[in-house]
Amino acid sequence: MNKIIKYVWLDILRNRIVLGYALMLAIVSLSVFNLEDNTSKGILTLLNLVLIIVPLVSIVFATIYLYNAAEFIELMVAQPLPRGKLWISLYTGLSLALLVAFGAGCGIPLLLYSADASGFTLLFAGLALTLIFVAIALLAAVRTRDKARGIGLAVLLWFYFTLIYDGLILFLLFQFMDYPMEKPMIAFSLLNPVDLARIMLLLKLDVSVLMGATSAVFRDFFGGGSGVALAAGVLLLWAVVPLLFSLRNFKRKDL
Amino acid sequence: MIIATNVNKKFGKLAVLKNVSATCNRGQIISLIGPNGSGKTTLIKCLLGMVMPDSGFITFNQQNIAHDWQYRTQIGYMPQSARFPEQMTIAQVFRMMKDIRRGSQQELDEELAEAFGLPELGHKRTGTLSGGTRQKVSASLAFLFSPQVLILDEPTAGLDPVAVELLKEKIRKEKAKGKLMLITSHVLSEMEDLVTEVMYMQEGELLFHKSWQQLQADTGELKLTKAIARVMQGPLHP
Repeated sequence: MNKIIKYVWLDILRNRIVLGYALMLAIVSLSVFNLEDNTSKGILTLLNLVLIIVPLVSIVFATIYLYNAAEFIELMVAQPLPRGKLWISLYTGLSLALLVAFGAGCGIPLLLYSADASGFTLLFAGLALTLIFVAIALLAAVRTRDKARGIGLAVLLWFYFTLIYDGLILFLLFQFMDYPMEKPMIAFSLLNPVDLARIMLLLKLDVSVLMGATSAVFRDFFGGGSGVALAAGVLLLWAVVPLLFSLRNFKRKDL
Repeated sequence: MIIATNVNKKFGKLAVLKNVSATCNRGQIISLIGPNGSGKTTLIKCLLGMVMPDSGFITFNQQNIAHDWQYRTQIGYMPQSARFPEQMTIAQVFRMMKDIRRGSQQELDEELAEAFGLPELGHKRTGTLSGGTRQKVSASLAFLFSPQVLILDEPTAGLDPVAVELLKEKIRKEKAKGKLMLITSHVLSEMEDLVTEVMYMQEGELLFHKSWQQLQADTGELKLTKAIARVMQGPLHP
């Protein structure tokens, strides 16, 4: 199993897109920290970029990689290997390469300029989002046979998690303005990993005051040690559940 | 060695395999022929566990292959079109395959790879290879672990005549060792001096499976092309 991970990982690390991704993250984060005099502000700017770029690159790159590797996967399936192992190895190799790219591009500047709780939270959020969106990409790719459709689905999912979901929540909030929505908001935030990552980091920064009354409830809920553990656990679930579903699908798939 | 019993497979509404039953034994070279879309590749993929039959079962050495993977240590497979991770060189692909299958105790057989001159191309990235060279790599990989069973899907497609001869030479040698080979090919005449059995598929059905001599006797034709044409034209026993 480790052998396949090794080869997939090495193959992807040599891929120009991953190198470009790491380089772009490095340039963005270095310039953000050098332009803003206040690190807290810098983190906030970086957060908004990370929450958009990391899911997009992870899901699109992983989906395209899987479709391009279709023949390679076929060849591997014909080898004496259990299918489950192959799939998990592919996931590990893919996410490892993207984690390294994010760690090198964003992690190093973060540690240099803001090696505190908020910096580490942002690093954690980026790493977790990588794991989550690679898992979602695997699910999207295994469910759709057609390459164009699969990539379209991946982009649509990204669009949903980063934009449409927030729009839906806002719509709901306006519809139920007369009711106390703070508690349901917590549930809603757990249903979107991007939102969850944003809330986790915002609570670490002072700007959470801007969120108003909801912030107090969030702070109550996510602020404590158990809340952070819960948020981290839910993020982990967001990676594990799609991965398990994709694994189940892959084991039965006709190649 | 391989026994398929009443294998059915549908892709959506399209029935690709209809009640296919077949027995393949050691020492046979089976030519699996049929028009495009007749289910040849699907049948092969069922044998390899790449496609799960809807009903029916396949045994390999008396063991049901469903949910099993160990049996594939005995099989070398050359797919119709192979592609490898693009950034890898040929040498790395070989190293990777050896790495992955190292657990199996078979000795390595690099004869075909050397005949094709692949060691000299070892530094080339697989993404830049021509279709023919990829086929050579793929064929060499199938023979590399000297498996008991070889499944070659359109092995000669894209190969130049010299390479085809080298491949045939290798097949002849392996046949002498008593291995089972399953070969699909569109170019009927290419393999006719090697095959011992002919399986003919059409629209997902296995129309017949008989020895080459038997087929020659039945049709009165000595050439595979003509024999098949005769079969297609009319009743098998005139």
